[in-house]
Amino acid sequence: MAPPRSFFWSRRIFLTLLTGFVLVPVYVMVSSSLKPLADVTGEFHWLPSRLTVRPYIDIWSTIPLARYFVNSLIVAGAATVCSVVIAVFAAYAVSRYEFRGKRVFTVTVLSTQMFPGILFLLPLFLIYVNIGNATGIALFGSRGGLILTYLTFSLPFSIWMLIGYFDSVPRDLDEAALVDGCGPFGALFRVVVPAAIPGIVAVAVYAFMTAWGEVLFASVMTNDATRTLAVGLQGYSTLNNVYWNQIMAASLVVSVPVVAGFLLLQRYLVAGLTAGAVK
Amino acid sequence: MTTTAPAETAVDHNPSGAAHPGPRRRPGRIRRIGLPYLLLLPALLLELLVHLVPMVIGIVMSFKELTQFYIRDWGTAPWSGLDNYRVSVDFDAPVGEALLHSFLVTVAFTLLSVGLCWLVGTAAAVFLQDTFRGRGLLRALFLVPYALPVYAAVITWVFMFQHDNGLVNHVLHDQLHLTDKPSFWLIGDNSFWALLTVSVWKGWPFAFLIVMAGLQNIPGELYEAAALDGAGMWQQLRRITLPSLRSVNQVLLLVLFLWTFNDFNTPFVLFGKSAPEAADLISVHIYQASFVTWNFGTGSAMSVLLLLFLLVVTGVYLLLTSRGRKPADV
Repeated sequence: MAPPRSFFWSRRIFLTLLTGFVLVPVYVMVSSSLKPLADVTGEFHWLPSRLTVRPYIDIWSTIPLARYFVNSLIVAGAATVCSVVIAVFAAYAVSRYEFRGKRVFTVTVLSTQMFPGILFLLPLFLIYVNIGNATGIALFGSRGGLILTYLTFSLPFSIWMLIGYFDSVPRDLDEAALVDGCGPFGALFRVVVPAAIPGIVAVAVYAFMTAWGEVLFASVMTNDATRTLAVGLQGYSTLNNVYWNQIMAASLVVSVPVVAGFLLLQRYLVAGLTAGAVK
Repeated sequence: MTTTAPAETAVDHNPSGAAHPGPRRRPGRIRRIGLPYLLLLPALLLELLVHLVPMVIGIVMSFKELTQFYIRDWGTAPWSGLDNYRVSVDFDAPVGEALLHSFLVTVAFTLLSVGLCWLVGTAAAVFLQDTFRGRGLLRALFLVPYALPVYAAVITWVFMFQHDNGLVNHVLHDQLHLTDKPSFWLIGDNSFWALLTVSVWKGWPFAFLIVMAGLQNIPGELYEAAALDGAGMWQQLRRITLPSLRSVNQVLLLVLFLWTFNDFNTPFVLFGKSAPEAADLISVHIYQASFVTWNFGTGSAMSVLLLLFLLVVTGVYLLLTSRGRKPADV
């Protein structure tokens, strides 16, 4: 039975409005990044009076954007890799083995998702300072401390999603590998992981985005040398001027890698969510 | 399985009876029983270090008189018993009154934001269920707000909400003449609506993504059968789509609630260290109580109260939604 005409009309209206809502900030970001400073400090105009790529050149010298960029890449990249590896091991254990405390473990890990970040910001800061004083390992103010923090943010969700994903990989497959003489790690890396690639990609994307976008811990736990983009972009507002065109240009530059990566991999994310989170 | 255990492991664990068939099987079994714990160990250690231990310390701190004088060596700060809690819930005094206000603002904001995100996300997912020209493009486009880093997205909204050179005032005042004079959006009462707009813009694609994934699990035969029985669009939506999405929605709404309630990034980038009263979300409020007025004891007590509230809400929610289902499904 074909849907009534009103369905198509309401769909068209709804999707048009929604597209506008989604696109307006994107348009503002792109168009303002191509305007000279005078055009973004005065009255707003939809169309640029004159286009310039100047902001894209200036963003690198107004603040040390390249350094922040590298810091963010290292922190988010390392947090992603560690988080995915650790989540794969944990999810494999929960999915394939029966052991005491399994339920306690999953409930504990998942419930850390509901902790307000603000609750452990200060204690964590103190722990890192204490570890630093006691062992000389600088966690506070270093990239290492931020990596350690961020990888635990995505861990609960990653473990949870991968458990679901691994459960959907037929058990016979890795049991056959075990019978054929693979060890548990062989079975994991030769059978379960390859079969669960979409889920793992989804989890990696999620972990990277979480780390790339975090503001609170980045603003407390970094110094001049280790500052990430999340905090660094504030440098475009000075007492005298807010360089809106440069802010928009820099925002675009830091967004493009994540957005492109996300859109390229989003089919995996949907597939991962279907098998993992949405059972 | 047990025969694959390397011989040296057997010797290591059982130096006395390596030749005996019985003990020789044991190391393999020990390894298998220990293995899951070994696999979980990294995750567990990290969760302990970064979440659970800090949480315990946070709870301890909430019973201390922790001002900036003691922060270097917080262990020596004097105990204050329940004072921090008393101050936090004394709604007649300034600190408690502000906390209650912030809590109520957060509840209102969270309910509105989660409701709108769910509604918009579900509508978009349902409308994009059928194939039509441009569907793939729209689907990718709709995910852009979710993929953008929070600070980049929110900073763009800050620009749009500017009093003098922002798009919002330009459209509402200059073009549509809806307001007498340009409004302030990032201070005063309007800030609540500004925050809500940004939060929904950033958050609805997540609902869209999850619902879209949930829709893929509904067998097409259900719709075909319903259509044969003469069910219209609305009936199919009400009788098939929404009931099939029930368990998906339960998880989705809980996750959205927790994320929105605890959100710090959006208000922090939108308003800075101290949010306007009308949009004073609890995370930023506690941050301000701790890091701006340097009263970490009270800040910790507020955080613990917040956690207790979230635990109760989550518990009640899980009880309500799991009614009539097997406990294992929760």
